Amino acid sequence: MTSGSVTPAIVARAVGKSFGEHRVLDQVDLTVAQGTIFSLLGPNGAGKTTIVRILSTLISADAGEIRVAGHDVRSEAAGVRAAIGVTGQFSAVDNLLTGAENLRLMADLRHLGRDKGPRRVRDLLERFDLTDAADKPLSTYSGGMRRRLDLAMTLVGDPRLIFLDEPTAGLDPRSRRTMWQIIGELVADGVTIFLTTQYLDEADRLADRIAVLDHGRIVAEGTPAELKRRIPGGHVELQFADPVALRRAAALLDVALPEDDKLALQVPGDGTLASLRSLLGQLDDARVEVEDLSIHAPDLDDVFFAVTGHPTVQPTTEEALAR
Amino acid sequence: MTALAYTVTDSATMLRRNLKHQLRYPSVTLMLVGMPIVFLLLFVYVFGGQLGAGLGTRPHGDRTAYLTYVVPGILIMTVASAALGTALSVAMDMTEGIIDRFRTMAIARGAVLTGHVVGSLIQTIIGLAIVLGVALAIGYRPTAGPLAWVAAAGVLLLFALALVCLSAALGLAAKSVETASNTPMFLTLLPLLSSGFVPTSTMPGGLRQFAEYQPYTPVTQTVRGLLTGTHIGSHAIAAIAWSLGIAIVSYLWAVRLYNRRRAADPK
Repeated sequence: MTSGSVTPAIVARAVGKSFGEHRVLDQVDLTVAQGTIFSLLGPNGAGKTTIVRILSTLISADAGEIRVAGHDVRSEAAGVRAAIGVTGQFSAVDNLLTGAENLRLMADLRHLGRDKGPRRVRDLLERFDLTDAADKPLSTYSGGMRRRLDLAMTLVGDPRLIFLDEPTAGLDPRSRRTMWQIIGELVADGVTIFLTTQYLDEADRLADRIAVLDHGRIVAEGTPAELKRRIPGGHVELQFADPVALRRAAALLDVALPEDDKLALQVPGDGTLASLRSLLGQLDDARVEVEDLSIHAPDLDDVFFAVTGHPTVQPTTEEALAR
Repeated sequence: MTALAYTVTDSATMLRRNLKHQLRYPSVTLMLVGMPIVFLLLFVYVFGGQLGAGLGTRPHGDRTAYLTYVVPGILIMTVASAALGTALSVAMDMTEGIIDRFRTMAIARGAVLTGHVVGSLIQTIIGLAIVLGVALAIGYRPTAGPLAWVAAAGVLLLFALALVCLSAALGLAAKSVETASNTPMFLTLLPLLSSGFVPTSTMPGGLRQFAEYQPYTPVTQTVRGLLTGTHIGSHAIAAIAWSLGIAIVSYLWAVRLYNRRRAADPK
């Protein structure tokens, strides 16, 4: 946790929001430390976008207290807006202008001036690999280019806190990796990032802390490692060359023989170095030859299943229809 | 910078954005200007001879007499036609994601709307210049001095401001772009039910009262008087009062709609 002297980038307490009868957010608490990536993970319809819209002053919460970049979102919205940048999941670009004109528009609205503005536009075009397309209309841009331009527009004002609402949804793998790389660079510069995603590997890979949102409630929160530790299911898989070695090892380690014909044993364990060393020591002492070994750490899929009780992050069509 | 300076700067930025849109898609401007020109040619060359004879006041030929009569009505129609574009561009803008981006930025209040309104006024001025150019080319000869010209331009611009604000509000109130392009249509048809095309005294009872008391008539009569010296009387006051009234009420309505959209819109 952060030391008391540094104000967190985001503090939200008991946030609630309903649209008519439908309760979208319920008692949501969030704390995001400065200079970290915080990921809000959840399926479609969990309330992720609603949280982003509330934190970025687009809509107001029904209940709760929220301070973003040290300002109250309700009474000091202008202060919040001056400090943040938002890239939503629907592209927020002006389709009737060119890429360069879009960036110039942002530079003007951030009051960067005649010297700094054009320079910043040039730098961003280069950084996001859009220089060649700068003067082309957006109708000629690919999905990945649009997303890059969108993020570049967010960065024009050099915000210290950036909201990225499903920044890689619908992108091809290559564009997705480019986006991850850019996000990594931003954090290296000390920017705080609030990222929503429904991709477990994305949160696992990028985030310092993850909150799991399900039906408008935070059902788990912690570092990726902490969340994984909460989950049973980690094991070490040992592969043997012949059935004799397999049976001897099973007897030695007191684990069940596999039900299929595979020459592999699953030994429960968290895969730490110490536990591996003792496991292999035991087998060495008994002169049982191990052919191969693999460690299965629980992944965030297991986490999601354990904390929400439903297995996949993407709701199936039937679930979506039943809602 | 002060708050006022920010408001001016941001409004100017939004205005540049709207002017770029207009320049990139000049077909919209041409379409909006085209309609009054078609009406001008239709009424002067097809109906003009007959309608001019009905006026029975001029020493010139009947068609030229009608041309002199109808041009102020066509100018008002140009103002109304250009205002249609405002509803369309505002409604289209509201469907774009960039408006959400603007709302998460520290932009001066009202800058987005001001950009649209001023942009449409500039479009209106261009439209008026083109339509007036066509009218002069086919023989319209106003008798106004410089001061009367300035006054006529002022009356037209004030009325344009009123219709543009009203149209912006209608564009914001519309649920879809299609609705936004249809609702303000009545603005371009109302000139036909005013003194723009024929004197109201020739209309049957009921319609005549409507034509005399609706805002287009005093505005038309004032512009006509300033350009060709017909009697203005109390029409000038009525024209200014109508314009200011519509402009203020519509602007406040538009601002309210723009802000309310922010609070309610869940997506």
